[in-house]
Amino acid sequence: MLRLLKLVKPSFKTALAIIILVFLQTIGTLYIPTLMAEIVNNGILQKDMAHIVTVGRRMLLVATLTGIVALMAIYLNSRFAADLDRRIRNSLFQKAQTLSVTDFNQIGAASMITRTTSDVTQVQQATIMLLSMFLPVPVMIIGGLLLAFHKDTYMALIIGSTILLFAFLAVFMGRKVMPLFIRLQEYMDLINQRLRENITGVRVIRAFNRVRYEQARLTSAFSQYAQTAIKVNKMFAVMMPLVMFVMDSCIVAIIYFGSRRVAGGFMAIGDIMALTEYAMLILFYLIMGVMAFIMLPRAQACAKRIMEVMDMDSLNDQFTCQRPLMSQTNAKISFQHVTFRYQQAEEAVLTDISFELYAGQTLAIIGGTGSGKSTIANLLLRFYEAESGQIFFDGMDIRCMEASKLREKIAYVPQKAFLFSGSIADNLRYGQKEADLAQMKRAAEIAQAADFIEALPNGYDTLVAQGGDNFSGGQKQRLAIARALVKPADIYVFDDSFSALDYKTDAKLRRALQQFLKDAALLIVAQRINTIIDADKIIVLHEGKIVGLGTHQELLQNCDVYRQIAASQLRKGELA
Amino acid sequence: MNEEQAVDVLAFDDGMSVDKAKDSKRTAKRLLNYLLKQQYKLLIVLIATVLACLFTLAAPLVIAELINTLLASITTHQFVDWQQMGRLTMWLTFLYLLSASFNYVQQYIMSSVSQTLSLTLRGELNQKMAKLPLSYFDQHQKGALMSRFTNDLERVADVLQNGLLQLMSAVVTIMAALVLMFWIEPLLMIIAVATILLGMIVAASIANKSQARYRRNQQALAELNGLIEEFFTGSQLIKAFNQQEYAIEKVKKANDELYEASRRAQLMTNAVTPLIRLLNQLGYVVMAVISAIFVLNGRLSLGLVQAFFQYVNQVSEPVTETAYILNTLQAAVASAERVFEVLDEAEEMPEAANSQQIDHAQGAVCFEHVSFGYPNGGKLMTDVTITVNAGEKVAIVGPTGAGKTTLVNLLMRFYELDSGRITIDNVDITQMSREYLHELLGMVLQDTWLFGGTIGDNIAYGRQNVSEQEIIAAAQAARADHFIRTLPDGYQTILNDETTNISQGQRQLLSIARAILADPLILILDEATSSVDTRTEQEVQQAMARLMENRTSFVIAHRLSTIIDADLILVVNEGAIVEQGTHEQLLAQKGFYAELYNSQFALASA
Repeated sequence: MLRLLKLVKPSFKTALAIIILVFLQTIGTLYIPTLMAEIVNNGILQKDMAHIVTVGRRMLLVATLTGIVALMAIYLNSRFAADLDRRIRNSLFQKAQTLSVTDFNQIGAASMITRTTSDVTQVQQATIMLLSMFLPVPVMIIGGLLLAFHKDTYMALIIGSTILLFAFLAVFMGRKVMPLFIRLQEYMDLINQRLRENITGVRVIRAFNRVRYEQARLTSAFSQYAQTAIKVNKMFAVMMPLVMFVMDSCIVAIIYFGSRRVAGGFMAIGDIMALTEYAMLILFYLIMGVMAFIMLPRAQACAKRIMEVMDMDSLNDQFTCQRPLMSQTNAKISFQHVTFRYQQAEEAVLTDISFELYAGQTLAIIGGTGSGKSTIANLLLRFYEAESGQIFFDGMDIRCMEASKLREKIAYVPQKAFLFSGSIADNLRYGQKEADLAQMKRAAEIAQAADFIEALPNGYDTLVAQGGDNFSGGQKQRLAIARALVKPADIYVFDDSFSALDYKTDAKLRRALQQFLKDAALLIVAQRINTIIDADKIIVLHEGKIVGLGTHQELLQNCDVYRQIAASQLRKGELA
Repeated sequence: MNEEQAVDVLAFDDGMSVDKAKDSKRTAKRLLNYLLKQQYKLLIVLIATVLACLFTLAAPLVIAELINTLLASITTHQFVDWQQMGRLTMWLTFLYLLSASFNYVQQYIMSSVSQTLSLTLRGELNQKMAKLPLSYFDQHQKGALMSRFTNDLERVADVLQNGLLQLMSAVVTIMAALVLMFWIEPLLMIIAVATILLGMIVAASIANKSQARYRRNQQALAELNGLIEEFFTGSQLIKAFNQQEYAIEKVKKANDELYEASRRAQLMTNAVTPLIRLLNQLGYVVMAVISAIFVLNGRLSLGLVQAFFQYVNQVSEPVTETAYILNTLQAAVASAERVFEVLDEAEEMPEAANSQQIDHAQGAVCFEHVSFGYPNGGKLMTDVTITVNAGEKVAIVGPTGAGKTTLVNLLMRFYELDSGRITIDNVDITQMSREYLHELLGMVLQDTWLFGGTIGDNIAYGRQNVSEQEIIAAAQAARADHFIRTLPDGYQTILNDETTNISQGQRQLLSIARAILADPLILILDEATSSVDTRTEQEVQQAMARLMENRTSFVIAHRLSTIIDADLILVVNEGAIVEQGTHEQLLAQKGFYAELYNSQFALASA
């Protein structure tokens, strides 16, 4: 957690000011009982009315000042807390933007979201607790003991040994309770996981008659959780009364031995009251400190998860370019013997892929699920780095280009159409901020989206809900296509982007596309033969390898896999 | 750690918003009934609490006696009566010891009360979940139901564990201490009570004012969380469009917004305690001066003054706490109410009294004048009649939303019919137990589902005690073997419902393997192959064709090419079967089906 704090550099001045204010507040709090003893010793016992009033006034002043100091500390504390929250979240989010896709996916979007939201809050809260509950503890102990020593050495020793005893107890109990807390959290995670499965899988569970099995799984998680929670409660049942008794015993000792010291003339009777008050204050602050401490491991875990992200390489954009490697070709894109595998995977997703794509051409990739079609698009966009082989863009090895420069020249339609919240126009302008309405309309027309957009009451200003949930799958896909078309680019990549469209729309769209993108290079990943039948070149992928390369007619002649795909989709007459 | 859960729950529990039950009284009563199942424990807890409080309250009086004894001998310059002092000290220690012991008894017994109660309620929810009709799951969000099990019951347990004890001892302490304070000195008591009341008023007025700030804080937080969720989900797209800077800028702005809101909200909450403390201190000084005067006058002994101040402390703390406890109690009741709401949901139709089984099951299926619609929704099926002979392959086609999936859900008896009946081998499915019915039917669903466990376990889900060879054979038959082996741990790869290293198509292959292994009498394929590419689909089709031999099967598919050989094609539109027959018959009809079929291929050659 310290490392994280160092990283985000919260305002040191504010922290220092808080520390000073808390220090003053603690002193003020201790000074009140000291004055009370003064009233008893020199006012009541000496029957000095005037002195009582004088000291009373001073008490009033100290109390007011302490209160004001406390409020100032709170003010700064709130600011510091909110600022810390903001700093951590900002730097975490910025960091996330620089991660490579591999690293990002390793953590996963869901986990990244929690880390940036609730984990950050946890760390922030723990820091504030440390500042406001943990920090005053040493001040209180030292200040209280000094005052006690000033009154009477023996009394101070009683208080000191109680503090030691208390600290010993806290450490002992902490060791016993901490592991249980961790286990409790683990069981809660288990409950959550199983519940989620039960709810999302309710149809399958019922269809496969596994209701009772799932119930038993849940029941066992529930009772394990309850047993552990009861164990924790029982420990607290011992701990809390014990702590109270330690405090009470300390007071008994102060009163009895204090009386002896008073009888011996070493101190005055009012000092007993002051000493009791010191002891209570110190122990009270100690308890608060321990409670703040209990929160720490949880925050520590959160900080660790945040740091895990912060420690990842941001080098995503500078993979491994030794020297600008040029190729002799004038192809827009050229893959040379590219092989790729996911980390630790047994088998490569792509093996020895080579092809070239020229401007004005359409290249289609077709193949089975898991054959590596989308991976080709991902490699081209440099979401991943090839294990071996080279990818050239305009003759330049893409590892030697800035990723943002490369992506500027590519318009991409992802497999899963994802829209951002905002208006339709906002989404369409995503690739080109300056696009005007005419440009957007043109793109929407080509993407066969204009009709439904213009039928909406607010047209292009219609709001898109988070994730685009207020549009159907087909509509989302068409909007995603239009978004890519608004962006001026050299290459247009369609990653299986026509699957949610019916055949009629699909065909219309493709015809319009070919008109519009005459000079650009098109890379189309598809599952339907219809979609790619007119492509200049078709790559047939099977288990990560190219098993066919040619036009539709050529492939029908010489590629088995392609023929099978065609046979499954086309009528007999069309195969000829 | 579990992250997804936090996201699910984020939307439903923001913790800070005002959370009130609709009918607190009824819910509290019902909750109390659950509590009273452990009435003896509660009775002991109550007695222990009263005793612990009383012993704690008696202690200051003994201390007063100690101080007075000491003071008397000092002022009269006599020797201190150490025997008396020793006796009093012993008594004091004894009182504290008793108080601690009863505290222990109280907390020890209570330690299991609240958790037992949540466990009971979790168990009831668990039972309930199995009886809820599927429409419940369709109409409610996942996170909401999960939060009933976890957050809500956790809150109930927490509040009962701590809040109830605190409330009990607060009530006892406040009442007894006030009596004692009045007995010591009525005037001082009035000042003390006035100070405490003033503090309460200040706290209440701040709480009132801070509501608006809280709301703003919640809004800012929700907005920021929404942005972050969106940007992380679409992170690849942001990269592809080079929009990282823009995303960072937007988050920064929302973050600044939250900073301002949270700073102001936190200031309000945190300022309450020091303000009250300040008020208390001021009251304390006033009382100190007045009591000093009283001691000088001889109206009060110094020992009693000391006792009085201890009582002031003992009262003011639970008073501030009580406001907080009452709030949390209210929230707990609201949580309990939500749990009860789920428990009170209408259940699935109970099983038939003496459920029937089919002798020599063949797999003939009949829908007879079936009608169905969601409650307070439109009709989804009207007067559907189908006859399927044993071993036939039935294809269901039609536009999206036409009711294809509903047909299958009705056969599985996930929904109850409004009228008509469905039979298998002439036995009404409502006369069978659901378990038996589901044994007959095997299905591959549109929304594939995988549970936390290995790929092997997931394939074996439909049948217990399967060998590894059988699992691999099923995977091979479903064409899943190859991709499973490309995964780092092969069949031992751990999956969960949010697994991202497996594509949608691969998930479907796994659920096909699962159905192959289950080997049912009747097979249902609910758009199962729509995300699998056509080539893989064809391979799966071959495996399926083998599986479907001599087996009644229902297939819902997008691609008409895959169902040409079906024995019966049902064309569904707007909740009714508009045409039925074989491919050739339907084409010859030149109706809805013919149009659908031709639109698919007309443009391929264009």
